[in-house]
Amino acid sequence: MSTTLIEAEGLTKRYGRFTAVDHLSLHLDEGEVYGFLGPNGSGKSTAILMLLGLTEPSEGWARVGGFDPTHQPLQVKRMVGYLPESVGFYNDLTGRENLRYTASLNSMPRAQAELRIATLLEMVQLSEAAAQLVGQYSRGMRQRLGLADVLLKEPRLIILDDPTLGLDPTGVEWLLRVIRELSSQQGITVFVASHNLHQVQRICDRVGIMSHGRMVVQGSVDELTSMEEGSHNIEMELHGATPELMKALEALPSVQRCGTSGAYVVLESTAEVRSKAVEAVVAHGVELIGLRPRNRSLEDIYLRYFQEE
Amino acid sequence: MSAIFWKEMADHFGRRRFLFLLGLVVFGLLWALSVALREIPGVFRSTDDFLFLQLFVSSSGVLPPLIFFISFFGPLAGIILGFDSINSERLQGTLARVLSQPVYRDAVYNGKFLAGAATLAIVIIAMVISIIGMGMFIFGIPPSGEEIIRIIGFTVVSIAFVSLWLAMAMTCSIFFRSTVVSSMVAIGLWVFATFFILLLASAVADFFIEDVTDPLYFQVESWVSRVSPSFLFSEATEALLSPGVRSLGPLLQTQVSGLLTTPVSASQSLGLVWFHIVAMVSAVAVFLALSYTKFVREEIRS
Repeated sequence: MSTTLIEAEGLTKRYGRFTAVDHLSLHLDEGEVYGFLGPNGSGKSTAILMLLGLTEPSEGWARVGGFDPTHQPLQVKRMVGYLPESVGFYNDLTGRENLRYTASLNSMPRAQAELRIATLLEMVQLSEAAAQLVGQYSRGMRQRLGLADVLLKEPRLIILDDPTLGLDPTGVEWLLRVIRELSSQQGITVFVASHNLHQVQRICDRVGIMSHGRMVVQGSVDELTSMEEGSHNIEMELHGATPELMKALEALPSVQRCGTSGAYVVLESTAEVRSKAVEAVVAHGVELIGLRPRNRSLEDIYLRYFQEE
Repeated sequence: MSAIFWKEMADHFGRRRFLFLLGLVVFGLLWALSVALREIPGVFRSTDDFLFLQLFVSSSGVLPPLIFFISFFGPLAGIILGFDSINSERLQGTLARVLSQPVYRDAVYNGKFLAGAATLAIVIIAMVISIIGMGMFIFGIPPSGEEIIRIIGFTVVSIAFVSLWLAMAMTCSIFFRSTVVSSMVAIGLWVFATFFILLLASAVADFFIEDVTDPLYFQVESWVSRVSPSFLFSEATEALLSPGVRSLGPLLQTQVSGLLTTPVSASQSLGLVWFHIVAMVSAVAVFLALSYTKFVREEIRS
């Protein structure tokens, strides 16, 4: 039996006449890895701020671990680790000193804190750089220190706001692996906001896609990829397609629609249609260059909202 | 809150701007030294016994008295410690990280204010003690009990005075996102409250009372001037450090006639400046309250 960790209903934030987050509803179970996706400016960060009590909702409510972030911020912050979009450290302190400060803000006993800091620095591969001033850290190192900072208080939930931003590919790989491990080995619930679907998609149990402050679609990655009818859609690359061929393709059983998308001919079908389509193409004397299934609907949905920007 | 307090204290003492404060102490000491050396020839002929107080209030040649020096540089020290306390953390992105830890926002603010005030207090106390020490070395006598009470009173007033400017500067650091704007506004307010308010006071008095010789003219002028912390400070220090002062308002010829010119006791002087101390502390409270109302419900973006 899983327990609910984040719950939000009708969460809304307005700035004057601009609505940044529009009636957002969320539900996260303990132990999940949730991908909160959306283009820049779609309201992800604002929603996170409301979950942490760093800004007040204009309307609606949220509960994190059963507490109201606006009125019981301390209880929420005790169990939630938050990695802001551009994490800031005191540049005139070393990495280790920055972590020590966080530990003291969490009123951790000193001995315990030192132990935990050493373990975490080891984990984020910063043991050697721990005595360096953070001002000399690279973007990747800061991000890793940020992760250590977030984990210091032994959180039940970590909220990461665009953690892969500005990291090189190996950095991204590493980060995603660590997130996955945190979830599977320590049972930490992860709420990761990102504008990069490809990176985050594969580590998430569930994703939600935001656009213009609204949650447009939500579900497990598998659910979403097979969301559009039957997922037997195909796309073909043809050389010299004729209108007659298009008609013939549209007339095939189970084909809903036949259209073009760029250089491709796209068939939306409710059943397997590949061999019939090939027969039709050959019969019309048209050259078939390529054919592949087209069921990347999650990406389609995502791209659609991206293009609206 | 203690975590924030100690972190900020360490910051204040570690930063380059602490050198400025240290410089103030040394400068104040040299200032008092020059006064002491000039005073020595007259020491034994002097009729009043308050030698140590003379160190603070006597002017030596072209130099104005030490209290003037404090009333000028004290506010600057407060502004220097406070003008970027919140907005620099906001710009650095550390504010969001600190506030996502289990601490209340007012604890962050209070910790910063107390650390700044404690730093200023340490600087002032260090300066006062070293001046007294130097005085003992030169005069060869310890300060009397009366003098010690008056100097302690003066120290308290000075700490309240610079803390007020610290609170003002920190309020600016909350209301203005840019550290440059916040420092300019803080210094602007300081210039206004230190220099322009005195002109304004005369203008107001002129407007209401035509006769310049009317005692009421002087009274209106002082009441408007008392809006300025620097004026409060100079009145309070005058009463505390010059035992001859028995009133801060105008005295009529009839009131003065027949008056003995003996100094008043320390408790009488403290009674005279009680209002000034309360006024300064309440000004600190007003600035803190202003800051809280803005800061506590504000959105913290990284």
